Amino acid sequence: MISLGRISKRSEPYVLAAIILLSLLIQARSGQFFSGNNLVDLARSLIVPALFSVGCMMVIVSGGIDVSFPAIASLAMYVTDKILLASNYSGNVILAYAISAGLGLLMGALNGFLIGFLRLPTLVVTLGTSSLYTGLMFGAFSASASDVPPAIARHGKEILFTATNPTMGLTSNMPSQILILIAVLILAFLLLRYTMLGRGIYAIGGDETAAERAGFNVRGIKMFLYCFVGVLAGITGIARISMMTYADPSTMLGMEMTVIAAVVLGGTRVTGGMGSLTGTILGVALMTILSNSLILIGIPTYWTRVFTGAVIIIGTGVTAHQTIATRRRRAQSQKAAA
Amino acid sequence: MTTTKTAATVRGVRSARDPNLLRLLVMLVFVFVLMTVLRPNQFATIASFNSMMRQFPEYGIMSIGISLAMITGGIDLGVVGTANLSAIVAAKFLIGTVPRGAPPAQVVPYLIIAVLLSLSVGLACGTIAGTLISRFNIPAILATLGTQQLFTGIAIGITNGRPQSGLPLLYSRIGNTEFFRFVPLSFMIFFIVAVSVGIMLSRTRFGTFMYMMGTNPRAARYAGLNNTSIILRTYMISGLLSSVAGLIMMARANSAKADYGAPYTLQCVLIAVLGGIDPNGGFGTIGGVTMAILILQFLSSGLNMFNNISNFYRDVIWGGVLILVLVFNKLLSWREERRAVRKSMN
Repeated sequence: MISLGRISKRSEPYVLAAIILLSLLIQARSGQFFSGNNLVDLARSLIVPALFSVGCMMVIVSGGIDVSFPAIASLAMYVTDKILLASNYSGNVILAYAISAGLGLLMGALNGFLIGFLRLPTLVVTLGTSSLYTGLMFGAFSASASDVPPAIARHGKEILFTATNPTMGLTSNMPSQILILIAVLILAFLLLRYTMLGRGIYAIGGDETAAERAGFNVRGIKMFLYCFVGVLAGITGIARISMMTYADPSTMLGMEMTVIAAVVLGGTRVTGGMGSLTGTILGVALMTILSNSLILIGIPTYWTRVFTGAVIIIGTGVTAHQTIATRRRRAQSQKAAA
Repeated sequence: MTTTKTAATVRGVRSARDPNLLRLLVMLVFVFVLMTVLRPNQFATIASFNSMMRQFPEYGIMSIGISLAMITGGIDLGVVGTANLSAIVAAKFLIGTVPRGAPPAQVVPYLIIAVLLSLSVGLACGTIAGTLISRFNIPAILATLGTQQLFTGIAIGITNGRPQSGLPLLYSRIGNTEFFRFVPLSFMIFFIVAVSVGIMLSRTRFGTFMYMMGTNPRAARYAGLNNTSIILRTYMISGLLSSVAGLIMMARANSAKADYGAPYTLQCVLIAVLGGIDPNGGFGTIGGVTMAILILQFLSSGLNMFNNISNFYRDVIWGGVLILVLVFNKLLSWREERRAVRKSMN
């Protein structure tokens, strides 16, 4: 039986409650929140951060932090875009995803090598590679907004369904890229839940030395993890430009902060060892609603960042407070038992 | 008696195991000679030194702030946000209060108030970050990520994202004063900051406490240190330094804006690590950080003198240098460890 006390210690219910309250508030003030087109719009802008957040969450669960994924995604998609344009490729979009994922794998492998094998601090390493990759993109490839090859443009026009808002006369299309997000979520769920590799990620984050002594291949797991993040970033890059139907090299830069915030907000413990996909997606949803819908209740977009900052601080503060409270309660019960 | 003794030992150990300073000096001389040889008529000239001295104080002072946070085992990603917010508050005050065309003598009191206002905003920002980290136990990286968003957000919100210009002329005239027609005021401020923070770290109890806490917070607490107050004070100093940097930026640009100096955060972390500050806390000196600042300034000013090299290669070089330095330091420490093990086995 699940007791109430058990539920209240997790963060997912709080985030869900915040989402519900916020949407009811926006609905009450504007009457536009629960309209079909607004919900589809939200889902649409959720795809890219949600794809990023899956990899980001796994890294944080392992006790690390990665700020290079937007740079990897941008460089991978830009190079892929240029290769396909130069070769006049007109076939299937799968090749674009494959090339971009491969490039992402290479870039992630560099992170993995530096972090897993040389045991360098993750934040500093990924800050460095992030600067390296964006520099390469703007320097060596002198990147600027460019066209996309027909394969990607066609992929961007694949629409699952269209939602219309009868009162405002607005329509919104649900892009097919949401299927990629669903597939990635299922894959990540199975990986984290049912494979030794996935359990290893949690084990490393809980206590690296203990995990090593228990027989986990810590280096191998970290290598895999950062490669996985790289592949995911490569795929996300193509998903992004296909939805925009042009390749803007700077469109994803700077997203790392909000994605990390969303992941932590969703209950992933920053020191590692704890975190769930459900919480992560809820966190991303909350951040997306904050940045998309505040304008519906008359808060100017200039103030959006204040809310993001406040949400990060309050969210992480609550999580940190819960951890300490649990520890204290445990210590007390131990004392009582003795 | 015992405290002074431990402090002295800690200090002795620190300087003895700092071959990093020598390495940095070699690197500094190498970059300097390289640039002088490659661009003899441009690099080693009075004009180029003067322009370098105008450029680095703003991010140099922020790097010192980040370094302090890193010595205590944390990090301060909010320095740029703090700098911009405090500059904007000062700018808004000046634009709103100083009457148009007022004589300089009448403007001076406003300038003093504006500077004090900006410094107290910086101090308040630092206090917020420090409180979140020390009292609410939020990991420094997230707390300051949050404050960076919050401060930048407030700065955007109160200005609608527009630059605040139209400052009284006197401000930029004072801010851009040059002593002996060569040494800018901003450089003097940087010099004073670096020396006084250096003295604080190496000669005061508080400095020693910072290193002790950064090495092992639990041991420090059991040794009777008040970690909460050390963390709080560290971030307050970092906030104060950021507002000083903000005032310098405001003088150079003659305006204040919410997104000035956005790439400085990464650059400052890079400088701190390059300068030998251990990202896990407990090690590093201001001397090292200062040399790292100079190395980067020489590199970037030198590269600017090559017309065919894109500015963006600077990012590549910075990222590359950061990773190489990390790898090099790691290999070196592994070798030292191995040597120590061998010695203990003999």
